[in-house]
Amino acid sequence: MTGIISYGVYIPKYRIKPSQIALAWGKEVAEIEKSLGVFEKAVASYDEDAITLSIAAANQALVRSKIAPDLIGGITIGSESHPYAVKPSSTTVAEVLGMGTDYLAVDLEFACKAGTAGMQLLSSFTESKHAKYCLAIGSDVAQSKPSDVLEYTASSAACALILGKDNVIANILDFTSFSSDTPDFWRKDTEKFPSHAGRFTGEPSYFAHILGASQRLLKRTKMKPTDFDHVVFHMPNAKFPREAAKKLGFSPKQLQAGFVVEHIGNPYSASSMIGLSAILDIAKPGEKIFMCSYGSGAGADSFVFEITKEIKDYQRRSKDTVAEQIKNKEYIDYSLIAKNILIKYRI
Amino acid sequence: MKIKVLGTGLTKFGELWDKSLLDLALDASLEAIHDSRFTIHDIHAVFVANMLYGKIANQDHLGALIASSLNIKGASFRIEGACASGGLAVHLAIQSLLAGTYQNVLVVGAEKMTDVSISEITSSLMGAGSEAERKAGLTFPGLYALMAKAHMQKYNTKRIHLASVSVKNHYHASLNSKAHFPYEVSMEKVMESTCICTPFTLFDASPISDGAAAVVLSADSTGPGVYITGSAVATDTVDLSQRKSLTEIAATKEAAMAALKQAGVEIKDIKVAEVHDCFTIAEIMAMEDLGFCPKGEGGKYILSGATKLGGKMPVNTSGGLKACGHPVGATGVKQIVEITEQLRGQAGQRQVKNAKVGLTQNVGGTGGTVVVHVLQN
Repeated sequence: MTGIISYGVYIPKYRIKPSQIALAWGKEVAEIEKSLGVFEKAVASYDEDAITLSIAAANQALVRSKIAPDLIGGITIGSESHPYAVKPSSTTVAEVLGMGTDYLAVDLEFACKAGTAGMQLLSSFTESKHAKYCLAIGSDVAQSKPSDVLEYTASSAACALILGKDNVIANILDFTSFSSDTPDFWRKDTEKFPSHAGRFTGEPSYFAHILGASQRLLKRTKMKPTDFDHVVFHMPNAKFPREAAKKLGFSPKQLQAGFVVEHIGNPYSASSMIGLSAILDIAKPGEKIFMCSYGSGAGADSFVFEITKEIKDYQRRSKDTVAEQIKNKEYIDYSLIAKNILIKYRI
Repeated sequence: MKIKVLGTGLTKFGELWDKSLLDLALDASLEAIHDSRFTIHDIHAVFVANMLYGKIANQDHLGALIASSLNIKGASFRIEGACASGGLAVHLAIQSLLAGTYQNVLVVGAEKMTDVSISEITSSLMGAGSEAERKAGLTFPGLYALMAKAHMQKYNTKRIHLASVSVKNHYHASLNSKAHFPYEVSMEKVMESTCICTPFTLFDASPISDGAAAVVLSADSTGPGVYITGSAVATDTVDLSQRKSLTEIAATKEAAMAALKQAGVEIKDIKVAEVHDCFTIAEIMAMEDLGFCPKGEGGKYILSGATKLGGKMPVNTSGGLKACGHPVGATGVKQIVEITEQLRGQAGQRQVKNAKVGLTQNVGGTGGTVVVHVLQN
């Protein structure tokens, strides 16, 4: 069975608090913090992008796995901030990692679920013996329109998973996906910043698809929410995943280990994957994990994982956990946000 | 004058993602026609009330669109008077019946507001104000906040008086399954919620809602039933800064006087009323302008519980604009629906005992247009 062999996470060290963003735009911060539940978010510096973040995360995954990079036969990078509209991020990352030439590389875009879509595709690619090992990455330096409410949560981070069949730490028992043409959040090619449909991003978008994919997978696997030790959803803010868990019948306790949004914000394609990584940092053999990501436009990818006994040794030798990266921070003010935008758009 | 309300129809008010404007208008219309025991063929004219759809969806010609979708081939019109569009449509429908031009007409007010961003809606709603107000960067919370501040300065009205309107209307809405917010809120919640524009908090403002309301009106004045016996419109400046006073809506007084005279009743005869609480201060001023209480005492009057269900003169048993919702073009027609239900004795948990005479007050903008109707059973 194909599963996760290794994982790596990179969370940039800069953090900005909502109060700093509110100060820049003359807004009252108390209600914003209460409704979004995000205390601070991770901010990439002006010399970082989705490619550099991917490399950092993938490198950690490789070092922990002890797999030679040129054995990796497939790589996907899911992002909504690929540096190029035409020129794959995945080949640049593969080159830097030393993957050689014998691999399939694909760049993916599907809002915040591009990373997990890659997981599903590469899992099947591995299972069908087209590659021995595959690298599924979710990476974003998320953009938001200055002064828009999205600024309080859109953040930056990357997560890389190495998939394969030997020394698996978490088996992928099953997965499914739920999609529809639902325009809740988009960015036209010529636009600098994304647009969103306000409250429409809730019930008809996030909840309809997460519930759709989750209920379908639970039915297919004949499992109940109580069968799981941990659950992780895409986290655009603190409120939505808590409510999704409640609606599906998961408890706040199950949600706890993977609940990273309060201190890093929403790193789009990396969100649920980093939540999964935080769970893997502390999971015990035999435990079952339920995961469902969400991507605007729209769709949701759901997964069931089962932890193997290999995890104990893996955890023992792995440094720099998600919790440690979250703690490793330096506070900034709005000036770095402004500088990033000015430099990116050569203003 | 006696115009019979033969049938009523009302959709749920709220964020209705799956419904288009046409869906909403048809749902309410068909319910009203069904309630009237008439068929499509008995309806001679359709009066459509809507403020924003031309701007936000580029769809004008709503009279023909809605009438033809109902397979009604007679006359059709779209009426606009900002948030008083609904009341105006009812008034004009009545005039056509009084003139003998038509025998039975359908009035439907509908609004679809949730398909565009909040900023686009806020900006579009400023079409109800003046160019000078738009250029000054004002929005409706700001305009009514100015009136609230003036009222608080002149009459010592306090924030707790404003909040009492919200609390009362939410209580009423908790008994109305069609309301946008069918739940109660506490005084603390209202007082402590986010400031949107001093002195208003989030709970002082009516929401952005989708919804439609419809009535079938008939010139046939025979037999028992609910009749509209007074219908009057009054006008004032669109620009707030050009009014004689910031602490009253003068057009309310004018329209109320004319409507009550037509109906042959006095304000003390009114047992239940629906008024235009787009912002809490508006309901306080309405109590004074309509004559339910002395000038300056609107806040005290409402805080005393006199206008709560069970009190002396219940106001906004539907939940008002604040808690039932405010799909702009639908509101004036919804008010007629609510009072009709009250006078028919069909208001369920919201029933005001033995209500035989009711009143509706529908305001456009900050008071440039006011429409008052009196209904009797």
